[in-house]
Amino acid sequence: MSAGHCGKLLLLQAELDGELDAVAVAALAEHRAACPVCRRNQSVILGARQALRRASYHRASPQLMNSVASRMAAQPASPARRRRFLWRELAGFGAGAALAAAIVLTVLPVNHQNLIAALVDDHVRALQPGHLLDVPSTNQHTVKPWFDGKLDFSPPVKNLDSEGFPLLGGRLDYLRGRAVAVLVYSHGKHVVELFVWPASGAVGEPARADRHGYHVVRWTSAGMSLSAVSDAEPAALEEFVRDWQRSP
Amino acid sequence: MGTENVFAAVALPHLDAAFNLARWLTGSAADAEDVVQEAMVRALTYFPSFRGGSPRAWILQIVRNTAYGALKARRGERLAGHTSLDETGGIEDIPDLADDPERSLILADDLTRIDALIEALPTELRETLVLRELEELSYREIAQVTAVPIGTVMSRLWRARRMLVKAAAEGERR
Repeated sequence: MSAGHCGKLLLLQAELDGELDAVAVAALAEHRAACPVCRRNQSVILGARQALRRASYHRASPQLMNSVASRMAAQPASPARRRRFLWRELAGFGAGAALAAAIVLTVLPVNHQNLIAALVDDHVRALQPGHLLDVPSTNQHTVKPWFDGKLDFSPPVKNLDSEGFPLLGGRLDYLRGRAVAVLVYSHGKHVVELFVWPASGAVGEPARADRHGYHVVRWTSAGMSLSAVSDAEPAALEEFVRDWQRSP
Repeated sequence: MGTENVFAAVALPHLDAAFNLARWLTGSAADAEDVVQEAMVRALTYFPSFRGGSPRAWILQIVRNTAYGALKARRGERLAGHTSLDETGGIEDIPDLADDPERSLILADDLTRIDALIEALPTELRETLVLRELEELSYREIAQVTAVPIGTVMSRLWRARRMLVKAAAEGERR
């Protein structure tokens, strides 16, 4: 039997690997049916797949599981965090993003509690080394222009140094499907983060929530939705919010 | 809630995949356990730089790099030689073979023989095939794990499959 060559080999392979969309599959179908080289190539691909199906899958031993798990902290993560990572995993596939969004909407009913969870999760993640700041600067006139061109809005940046909340800098984050500005302040040993994005609803009075020992205060002002998140004392966070609202 | 807890939730579900890849790359259960242990410590260190995407691909990427390091240290394996083999020839269709390549592999139903045929593949082809067929990773994820463009993933996959089928057919003729 002669070798032959077909230029659609990798296309055929992509189809058999589930990498083609329906349109591309349809476009290939007619050629495939008529091409003897494709038929042979297909049997190579499927033959190899058949073989791999009977190859060993080496699972981690319970000892390895235990040993790795015991190196990590013993406590399992909260269910909310697991869901969040599922979200990330789904959202990671660009092509499946729309599908992912549909799934996420089913899995996660959009409500206040989830927003609080997302805020706190982001805050906790940001506290990990090297994550806190994209623009480290104590100067509001450096931080504010830094956001220009990175966001479709201009977040208000205030200097609260004299109120006991020195500015550390800012970063961009991604929260529930939109880019948000995060202003990072310190208060003693604590970090206070202010998440800012354009408000969609009516102007509201500050709303408070707690989660895993973190406190969240949300309010709206000048068309912006503001959410302060910290593990500082609730009283300190209230003070931060009052200072922010008073500051020009 | 510490970094370790978050990390454990992300990484532990992929421990089987990590071990499977390490085992196929190193060819030894003991080496694979060492590789996984080391890779998990590294992953924990790198975790703050994990920016979402597929955690499995991210973990496997670290496992793969760790395994390559171990292979190099162990026997100074000529990985580069395999790469040049992989990158030189064009993509060829199957050369002259037994009449039905699918059948010849099905006939090779001695499982240890199938494992041996896969183990005989060059490292780059073996890992690509394992990631596709055993871990069912997408081309894009395989590209991430093995640090090559998607086009290279596709040609390696084809080479791996062709070589496997060819080796099985030749074994059968003997």
